[in-house]
Amino acid sequence: MKKINSPDKLIEWRRRIISETPSYEKTIVISSGTCGQASGSLQIIEAFTQELEKRGLETKVRIKITGCHGFCEMEPNVIIYPDEIYYIKLKPKDIPEIIEKTILEDKIIPSLLYQFSEASPKVSKLREIPFYKKQMRLLTGNNIEINPTSIEDYVALDGYQALSKVLFNMTSEEVIAEIKNSGLRGRGGAGFPTGRKWEICHKVDSDVKYIICNADEGDPGAYMDRSLLEGNPHSVIEGMIIGAYAIGASEGFIYVRMEYPLAVKHVMTALEQAKKFGFLGESILGSEFRFDIHLVQGAGAFVSGEETSLMASIEGRRAFPSQRPPFPAQKGLWGKPTNINNVETWANVPLIVNNSADWYSQIGAETSKGTKIFSLVGKINNTGLVEVPMGITLKEIIFDIGGGIKNDKKFKAVQTGGPSGGCIPKKMLSLQVDYESLTQAGSIMGSGGMIVMDEDTCMVDVARYFLNFTQEESCGKCVPCRVGTRQMVNILTRITQGKGEEDDLKKLEELAMTVESTSLCGLGQTAPNPVITTIRYFRDEYEAHIKRKSCPALSCKDLIIYYIEPDKCIGCMLCKKNCPVGAISGIRKEVHIIEQSACVKCGVCMDVCPSKVKAVSKYTGRKKDKILKNDSGNRMKK
Amino acid sequence: MDIILKRYKTERKELIHILHEVQKEYGYIPVESVSAISKYLRISESEIFGILTFYKAFTLEPRGKHHITICMGTACHIRGAPKILEEVQRQLGIDAGETTPDRMFSLETVNCLGCCAIGPVAVIDGNYYSNITTKKINSIIKEYKKIE
Repeated sequence: MKKINSPDKLIEWRRRIISETPSYEKTIVISSGTCGQASGSLQIIEAFTQELEKRGLETKVRIKITGCHGFCEMEPNVIIYPDEIYYIKLKPKDIPEIIEKTILEDKIIPSLLYQFSEASPKVSKLREIPFYKKQMRLLTGNNIEINPTSIEDYVALDGYQALSKVLFNMTSEEVIAEIKNSGLRGRGGAGFPTGRKWEICHKVDSDVKYIICNADEGDPGAYMDRSLLEGNPHSVIEGMIIGAYAIGASEGFIYVRMEYPLAVKHVMTALEQAKKFGFLGESILGSEFRFDIHLVQGAGAFVSGEETSLMASIEGRRAFPSQRPPFPAQKGLWGKPTNINNVETWANVPLIVNNSADWYSQIGAETSKGTKIFSLVGKINNTGLVEVPMGITLKEIIFDIGGGIKNDKKFKAVQTGGPSGGCIPKKMLSLQVDYESLTQAGSIMGSGGMIVMDEDTCMVDVARYFLNFTQEESCGKCVPCRVGTRQMVNILTRITQGKGEEDDLKKLEELAMTVESTSLCGLGQTAPNPVITTIRYFRDEYEAHIKRKSCPALSCKDLIIYYIEPDKCIGCMLCKKNCPVGAISGIRKEVHIIEQSACVKCGVCMDVCPSKVKAVSKYTGRKKDKILKNDSGNRMKK
Repeated sequence: MDIILKRYKTERKELIHILHEVQKEYGYIPVESVSAISKYLRISESEIFGILTFYKAFTLEPRGKHHITICMGTACHIRGAPKILEEVQRQLGIDAGETTPDRMFSLETVNCLGCCAIGPVAVIDGNYYSNITTKKINSIIKEYKKIE
C-alpha cells in the first residue's frame, strides 16, 4: 500500500475500503476493551471463532472486535447485526446456542437480554436501553463501529477527512478561529478555552514547537481517556495533527500512563499505521506540512498529569512541577513553546472541523459547549461511561441514565473531579453539569469521574481517602502540599478512628486554606477540595465521629462492630468456617457468636451469611457500646 | 544490558524508556544496570536513583513469581477494596510493596486501573479479576498456592 498523498486519494481509498469489504449476512460485534477483557471477552472471542469455524460459517458471519462501548457492567457483551441484538454477561457456554438460534434461525434468546430489574421488560436492542437513550455519543459512538487496530475502519467512517480539509482548505488562523468559535474548552479539568490556548502558542515566534496529548489519566475513578485511546485511537491522533498544523508544531508526544497497557498497545499500532499511510511524517497527505508523534509511557506518578510535571517526565527527569509563568505556551518542553491538551479535547477537534463550529456550539450549555464523557461509577445500578451534552442535570445522569442507586439504597452524594474535586450532596441533584456550576458547588468538572455514594459510604472516610491519595502522590517539592496534606490526613485518620478532638474541624479548615492558596501546582491547590466540600455539606457526619465516636454510615472500622443477631442465626457455620482469624464460635444449628476482641472486622461473615438469613449486622455508637458491655458481661459470668 | 542500551540514543529523554525496559526484562532494576545506564547516558548514578525511586513503576528488589496488584481507586475503595487488601495481606503475611520470603508472591496497590465499573479489581500476573469479595480473593490465592 502506497502513502495517501492527496485529498482525492484519501476519498478514493475510503471508497475502495467500503466497496472491497465483503458482505456478510451477520456481524457479531464483541467489545473487548480492558473492562471487557477483565470480564472474559477474550474467551468469548475464542468461543465464537471456534464455533463459526466448526460450522463453516466464517464467510457468512463476521466477528468484529472493538473497544469499550461504555456499559462496562454488562461485559462481556456482543451486538449482533443487522438486527442489533444485544446480549450481555456472556459465558463461553452460551456461544453455541447463540450461533444455533440467533445466527442460524434469527431467534432471540431471552435469557441473554438486558433487563433493568426483574420487574422490567427485557430489551433486545442496544439503543433502546435507558442507559443509552439519553446519551449523545459523539465521541464514543464510533467505538461500536471501529476495530481500533484497523485504520481502514476509521477511514471508512470519514476518518482523516477533517485533516484533509484543514491542510488544503484552511489556514492555521482559520483553524484556530474555528476551534475558538466552537466554544470547546479543555476536558482535562480546568476548562481553559482550547482555541485561545492554541492561539497563544501559535503567536509565539520559535523555530521549534511541540504539542502534547495528556493521557496520564490519573484521577481514580475516571477512565474515558483510556476508552477513547483503546477504542478509537486515530480520532485522537487526527485531532493532534490538526492542532499541530494550527499551532505550527513539528513534533508531538502522547503521554500514556503505564497502568493502561491496552491503550499503549493500540496507540502504538495506530501511530505506525498513520506513519505508513502518510498521515504522519514528511509531507502529510502530499502537503508541505510535516509532523510526527512519539509515544511516551508514564511511570506511575499521579503528579505527571500536571502539565509542567508531565513535560519534566518526558524530558527524562523527575515529574516535578515548576512555577508558572512562564506558561508552557511560552516556555515548555526543552524550553520551547508547547501546547498540551487532554485526550478527550483532542478527540473533539476532528468532530468540530467536520461539522463546523456553528453546529458544535449549539450543543451543550451557555458557557460549556459540546458533550462530556463521564465515568459513572460507585454505588450505581448502571455503571459505565456516559457521554452527555453539557448542561444536563446530575439527576438525569444518575437516575435516568444510571438507573439510580444499587440495591435500593439511599443516594448520599456524588463525587466529581477526582482528588481535586468535591462531593455534591443530594439537595443539589438538580445542578446543571457545566464548568461554572460545578465550581460554584465547590467541586470541579475535572476529567469526568463521577463517583456515586450511598448511605453506606462514610464521607469522613472519603475525605480521608482522597487526602491520603494526594499526600502519597505529592511530589514533595513545595512545603504546603508536602506537609499540609500530611497533617490533614493525620487529623482525618484520627477522626475515623474515633480519636477526633473538638477543634479538629477548625484545624482542618485552616490547613485547607493554607494548602489551597500557597501550593505550587494544581495538585496541592485543589487537594483540600474533598475536605472542604464534605465539611460544608456533611458537617453532621464529622460531628458524629468526633463527639459521639460513631460512624453513621457504619463504615469506619474502629467505630463499628459486627454482631450476629441471635434471633436470626440458623447455625449454618458458614461464617465460622470463613472467618480468617477464628473469632467466631458456635456449633451446628446453634447461634454463633463473634468474639469481639479477636474480630478484625474484615466483614467476611457478613459476605458469606446466606442472603435469606442475613444474621450479621453492624453497629456503631451507643448500640455498639451496649453490645460490647453485654459481651464482656457474659464472659465474666462464664 | 548492552543490548538494551544500544537500542536507545544517548539522550536524557531515553532514561525512563530504558528503565521501563530493564524493569520488564529483569522484573526489577538491578543495581549494576544503574551504573551501566549512568555511563551510557552520562547522568550520575545518584540522579538515576533519585529518578527511579520517584516513579512507582520501578523497583530495586526482585518481585515474586506471582505479582498481585490490588486497585485502590475511588470506585474500588467505596466498593470495599481496603477490606480486600487487608485480607490479601493477612493471607500472604506481607504488606503492600513487599514480597513473601519464598519469593512466590509480591503485592502492590495501584491508584486506579480504570476498570471502575467492575470493581473491586485485582490483577494477578496480568490476569484481571473483577467484582472480587474477600471470599473470592481467598479462593483465587489458594488456587495459585496450589499450583506451586
